[in-house]
Amino acid sequence: MAEQETILEANGLTKEFKGFVAVKNVDLRVRRHTIHALIGPNGAGKTTCFNLLTHFLSPTAGRIYFNGREITGSSPAAIARMGLVRSFQISAVFPHLSVRENVRVALQRKIGNSFHFWRSQKVLDRFDRRALELVEAVGLSAFAELPAVELPYGRKRALEIATTLALEPEMMLLDEPMAGLGQEDIKRIAALIRTVAKDRTVLMVEHNMSVVADLSDTITVLARGEVLAEGPYATVSKHPAVIEAYVGTGHG
Amino acid sequence: MTAQRVIGVVLLAAALVAPWFAYPIFLMTALCFALFACAFNLLLGYVGLMSFGHAMFFGIAGYFFGHVVKAWGMAPELGILAGVAGAAALGAVTGALAIRRQGIYFAMITLAFAQMIYFFCIQAPFTGGEDGLQGIARRPLLGGLLPTKDDRVLYYVVLAIFLFGYGTIYRIIHSPFGQVLKAIRDNEQRAVSLGYEADRYKLLAFVLSAALAGLAGATKAMVLQFATLTDVSAAMSGEVVLMALVGGLGTIIGPVVGAFIIITMQNYLAAAGEFVLVIQGAIFVVIVMAFRKGLVGELTDWWKSRRSAG
Ligand SMILES: Nc1ncnc2c1ncn2[C@@H]1O[C@H](COP(=O)(O)OP(=O)(O)O)[C@@H](O)[C@H]1O
Ligand SMILES: [Mg+2]
Repeated sequence: MAEQETILEANGLTKEFKGFVAVKNVDLRVRRHTIHALIGPNGAGKTTCFNLLTHFLSPTAGRIYFNGREITGSSPAAIARMGLVRSFQISAVFPHLSVRENVRVALQRKIGNSFHFWRSQKVLDRFDRRALELVEAVGLSAFAELPAVELPYGRKRALEIATTLALEPEMMLLDEPMAGLGQEDIKRIAALIRTVAKDRTVLMVEHNMSVVADLSDTITVLARGEVLAEGPYATVSKHPAVIEAYVGTGHG
Repeated sequence: MTAQRVIGVVLLAAALVAPWFAYPIFLMTALCFALFACAFNLLLGYVGLMSFGHAMFFGIAGYFFGHVVKAWGMAPELGILAGVAGAAALGAVTGALAIRRQGIYFAMITLAFAQMIYFFCIQAPFTGGEDGLQGIARRPLLGGLLPTKDDRVLYYVVLAIFLFGYGTIYRIIHSPFGQVLKAIRDNEQRAVSLGYEADRYKLLAFVLSAALAGLAGATKAMVLQFATLTDVSAAMSGEVVLMALVGGLGTIIGPVVGAFIIITMQNYLAAAGEFVLVIQGAIFVVIVMAFRKGLVGELTDWWKSRRSAG
């Protein structure tokens, strides 16, 4: 079967919260093997879009297709198992598991022994090598046995990416992966995203414009829940409505 | 050796010689409550689910045991099996309806179900109503090979049941399933985003916890030879929370220690009558305020800091 050019498609996506429309009639097409950025001022509805695409929230209207298959009504976990995996705006690790165990929990899923309550967790040891490889890939080797709660913030974000990568997802949704990071961490995570995007698709919300300019193939600008502009950085950054929206809220 | 190991070995040695130093009936009762508290802690400590109705599983299993052994005249093993199966089935039904709720709503729904079961037990024909089921005969075990009239003999049977239940809980916590449970407890949304249907894992944990609470309840009915409304009451649901919190949630052994402290207190302060409850309440307040992690939790921390200092 020929791979379709579009991996993720949303048509007429709308979300109302008690009369307030957070996302309004959004059409989105993400091309396979690209890095696609979703930008816009705070409160524009970017995180809500992510929640709709992964069904952490149910849309008021609209349909979503992943690899040509409708996923609008699928459970969030089922969508993740199809290969569309998201991260969260606030760092999401398992604080009381070690760094290695955080990654291993993701690796363990595909084996299908996760309901086996009568077996020793020693059966998970065979994932340790792969887990440590991933931990090393994000520069966390020195912290492998540390409970994730003790990691500094930037390292937690790196661990999140390693955990997501363990699932080998076809597509990753990253919600502000650079938020709260220092220059060093930003460089490291940006390089990491570029590497992992080689053979997968990334949709990312990001405020850091130099990162967006540097990484993304396509940018969709969202304001007040609606798509304002779309295209490569060079075009979008010159769009008058985009400049106004950004100047208007102090972003830039 | 970790602090928990040391405590475990000491307790096991003590358990083996205990019936020569204390009343076997008292010890057996305490072991049943300890197992009950461990089953409860499997949910609260390792899944983060606070059930306010766990007595329904403990108590209903006692009735199942009593009915199978007394009315049907069957072997105690079958009675215990019936108790475990009945509690698990009740856990599956109530769990399926409660598990989607979070936090306080989950607690309230379990409490409501427990109240329903309590009133059901007052009315139902096979529970003996207000009187409960009295005088359940102590039949021999293993097809007649092991008489259980002697309390000391029965004590070792109960100890074996307790260790089986305790070992089961240890295994659940340290299994591939247990890893997912801890992940869900730590960050449910993230676990879901990795592809785990969190509700199904929580439901299985709930059913396992109910079954183990049932094992404790059925065993208690075998020991004391009666099944009563007390064991399905809201007070009993509260008591198991107390035992788990006093001992400490984050450890497997904590609830055992908590159960023994509470049962010992009730036993030796029995002369004080209703005043036991006041004393119990006061101790609870002190422990919760002074030892946030429960007695075993604090002891473990103290041991760790002492080792890293020395
Ligand atoms: N669960 C919710 N209930 C009500 N309003 C919400 C909810 N989630 C988001 N919103 C509102 O929707 C708007 C868009 O929020 P969000 O998607 O988080 O914006 P962004 O990620 O672009 O900063 C905001 O005004 C926010 O207050
Ligand atoms: Mg956001």
